[in-house]
Amino acid sequence: MGLEFGVEVFQNEYLPQGAGQVDAIVTVTAGGTGAPGREVEPAAAAEVVVIDTSGSMDYPPTKLAAAKRATAAAVDALRDGVRFAVVAGTDTARVVYPNGPGMEVAGPATRAAAKKAVNRLHADGGTAMGQWLLLADRLFAGQDAELRHAILLTDGENQHETPERLTEVLEHVAGGFTCDCRGVGTNWRVAELRRISEALLGSVDIVADPADLAEDFRSMAVAAMGKAVADVSLRLWTPEHAEVRFLKQAAPTLVDLTGWRVESAPRVGDYPTGAWAAGESRDYHLCVRVRPAGVGDRMLASRVSLVDPAGAVLGQGRVLAVWTDDVALSTRINAEVAQHTGQAELASAIREGLEARRAGDAERATARLGRAVRLAHETGNTDTARLLAGVVEVQDAPTGTVRLRRQVADADEMTLDTRSTVTRRIGRA
Amino acid sequence: MTMDSGLRDSCPECAAPVAPQDRFCEACGRNLRVQRTPVGGPVTARCACGGAEFDGEGFCARCGRARVAVRDRVEFVLPGVAGVSDRGRRRQRNEDSMAFGRVRGRGVAVVVCDGVASSERAEQASQTAVDTAVDVLLTGLQSGADAEAATADAVTAANGAVARLARPEAAEVAPSCTFVSAVVTDDSATVGWVGDSRAYLVAGTGAARLTTDDTWAAQLVAEGVLTEEEALTDRRAHVLSRWLGADAGAVEPQSVTFMVETPGLLVLCSDGLWNYVPEPEDLLAVLPRGVPPVEVARGLVDVALEAGGHDNITVVVIQLRGGNGS
Repeated sequence: MGLEFGVEVFQNEYLPQGAGQVDAIVTVTAGGTGAPGREVEPAAAAEVVVIDTSGSMDYPPTKLAAAKRATAAAVDALRDGVRFAVVAGTDTARVVYPNGPGMEVAGPATRAAAKKAVNRLHADGGTAMGQWLLLADRLFAGQDAELRHAILLTDGENQHETPERLTEVLEHVAGGFTCDCRGVGTNWRVAELRRISEALLGSVDIVADPADLAEDFRSMAVAAMGKAVADVSLRLWTPEHAEVRFLKQAAPTLVDLTGWRVESAPRVGDYPTGAWAAGESRDYHLCVRVRPAGVGDRMLASRVSLVDPAGAVLGQGRVLAVWTDDVALSTRINAEVAQHTGQAELASAIREGLEARRAGDAERATARLGRAVRLAHETGNTDTARLLAGVVEVQDAPTGTVRLRRQVADADEMTLDTRSTVTRRIGRA
Repeated sequence: MTMDSGLRDSCPECAAPVAPQDRFCEACGRNLRVQRTPVGGPVTARCACGGAEFDGEGFCARCGRARVAVRDRVEFVLPGVAGVSDRGRRRQRNEDSMAFGRVRGRGVAVVVCDGVASSERAEQASQTAVDTAVDVLLTGLQSGADAEAATADAVTAANGAVARLARPEAAEVAPSCTFVSAVVTDDSATVGWVGDSRAYLVAGTGAARLTTDDTWAAQLVAEGVLTEEEALTDRRAHVLSRWLGADAGAVEPQSVTFMVETPGLLVLCSDGLWNYVPEPEDLLAVLPRGVPPVEVARGLVDVALEAGGHDNITVVVIQLRGGNGS
């Protein structure tokens, strides 16, 4: 193990007199490209596939069949030596494979046995995802694995469990493993899966067509196995009297990390970032409020470090504040900060617009989705612009003039909702 | 801020006891043969918040504020060389910088730079230039390099360092500064310069200017278009024709080397001084006599302040021993 992390800071460090808010985009890039000795040993990884087997998975039956094929594809993608298990979820959770306690080591025989066990699954029962996650957490806890990754597939709402119970579970299991969530069909709730994936530092996506599941599962398993270093934290030092207003992952997807702060020393807080593959790059938007100093003063508003679980520093950068009476300096807008601020606003405009639309507030839905169309245009987010066009009729993108479409496919709306947090970086050399 | 002078019986870095013949401190490894003014210029020992702990980059470990430079009035003293830099009476900031050092048994290196007021972050430019250049010159003294070659290398390095401070989108105000240096050994001295900071030699009852200004006015005087008197009052008197910075291109200093045969003083200064005493005889008339270099420097700065102190004033005075050993 032992990747070096490059940390680049993009900001306008110049502040007008009396100002105390410092915004910066911190780009973190894991070095290397899988150089020898830098890979995580296969034995150090563990994978749990959680597959929804509630009754609705049989309507239509192609859903369960596709889920089985997808699970088989994920199992096939595991390297020899990886510990793995398959969990079937209903209103309870049970281990489908292995038969005995704990996890099994991936190899030709165990992969075949697992696929056989998955094939025998049938759909029956309710949905309580907290139970599924708790079982996954117990399975991981018995393993001495650095990389702990789960895939969760569902087709429905978390009906047999209160939202409060799910929140309790998420607080309990966060940090124990990472989890990518997939919703199949259109009867699941985007907000629910997003809560799970954000708490567990994973992705969320819709698989509208069950036929696409297998390839999606395979690539998730491959990506998870490709991580070279696990449990990396972003450590922020901030000066006395300063406050971290927020820390959000800003690219490739939006994830608010603010609430996951763990104090590790006075004026120092750690935020989990999960596992990293060699060559992987992410952006973070950091907003710190500091006590304003005098014109001409220069301040370290934050020192940003990447640390491994042992506390070793893998990379470092600094966010500055310089107070000036030169308006030309303090009014400069940093392009990276503007881009990510625009994308965060784009994501919230989409969510608010879709909520208003569902609530029947056409006026607000038109205004918010119109704003989203304009922001997608301005930030060059063509994928999101295309998805928006499935929900609204765009009359003029630069001004955000739109009309709500009367007929919108559920899948189109849910795809827009899930992918609203996928961001686009501005072009950099 | 004043640096203590004289032979040390303790390491200036870690205070461990050292003997006069030691070349390195056995406790911390500091080179004891080289004494120099602080890199980055004069800084406060305590932060405004009361914290006394700073990280490697000079940020307060408690409140995050950068260690403050106290540049309004700076005094540095080493054996045989002393400098005074003053904000003056009219300017908001002191954009002049000076740095010097002494290699035991080899000699002294001095650099004075004057930040160009119409450029941005001029004080950072001059501080970066003196720090970079004096490093090169001290290394040259230690290795016995040719002083003129070392001076040219120092200018190239300082010019590069200042150029790197520029913001590409604000090329027209790229940080920039002038440059004058001296490398003085027991028997010879080399002066190099770019711009209009000057060096004067004072020996016995005579004085001489060693530098010619890189200004448009000086060029016109050289071409016979203006007289010296006309040039002084001409609005182009201070328009530089050469400087260090991103918009300066490749820069080679002018330089002069001479044998030191009699005791005397070498005076390096920014135009904040010489505006008031331009001719060597003007300088000679106000030069304090029979006092150590730091008193000479203070006296000359006082002359400029009393005359109005319109600009930042920096004066470094080097004692020339004339073959007697230093």
